Amino acid sequence: MEIIQVVGLGLIATILILIVKEQKPMFAFLLAAATGVLIFMFLMGKIGTVVTELERMAKSAGVELIYLKTILKIIGIAYIAEFGAQVVRDAGQENIASKIELAGKMLIMVLAVPIIGIIIETVLKLLPS
Amino acid sequence: MNFEVNAIFQIAGIGIIIAMIHTVLKQMGKEDMAHWVTVIGFVVVLFMVVRLLDNLLQEIKTIFLFH
Repeated sequence: MEIIQVVGLGLIATILILIVKEQKPMFAFLLAAATGVLIFMFLMGKIGTVVTELERMAKSAGVELIYLKTILKIIGIAYIAEFGAQVVRDAGQENIASKIELAGKMLIMVLAVPIIGIIIETVLKLLPS
Repeated sequence: MNFEVNAIFQIAGIGIIIAMIHTVLKQMGKEDMAHWVTVIGFVVVLFMVVRLLDNLLQEIKTIFLFH
């Protein structure tokens, strides 16, 4: 029941943030960022097992490593961008948060281009000429 | 997880203590001193948060990016 730990951590952090915010808003922001980092770190430890399992399945299915690598990279970029955008949004900088999200989308697109190319080539091969 | 939760309490504690010291110094009439205390406390906390963030990013890299 680790969800209880996460919820408890969130509640405690929220109360601490409310206490600190009255005197020093900067510390409240850093506290919120640290809480986010901790929860994320916890989740990363969990998702590591999923990723290793995916790798194992992909290996036994004979999927080329480049596809899996690209997909995992895309997932990683999505998580990092989401996290950064939320932290920045917490601080009230909506503009920069949306720019971070934009950067995440762009980088994902750049990574996805080779796979799209391979898909189109495969489809063209299937078509009767 | 238990080990890292301490960081939250540390940061909150530093924040509260810094606020207290700030108030005390202000009432003693040492405005500039109070300001410096705030800045130094902020830098310390920033350092802690940046180290945590570094840990997180390294972990994400090792999990998702095959290093």
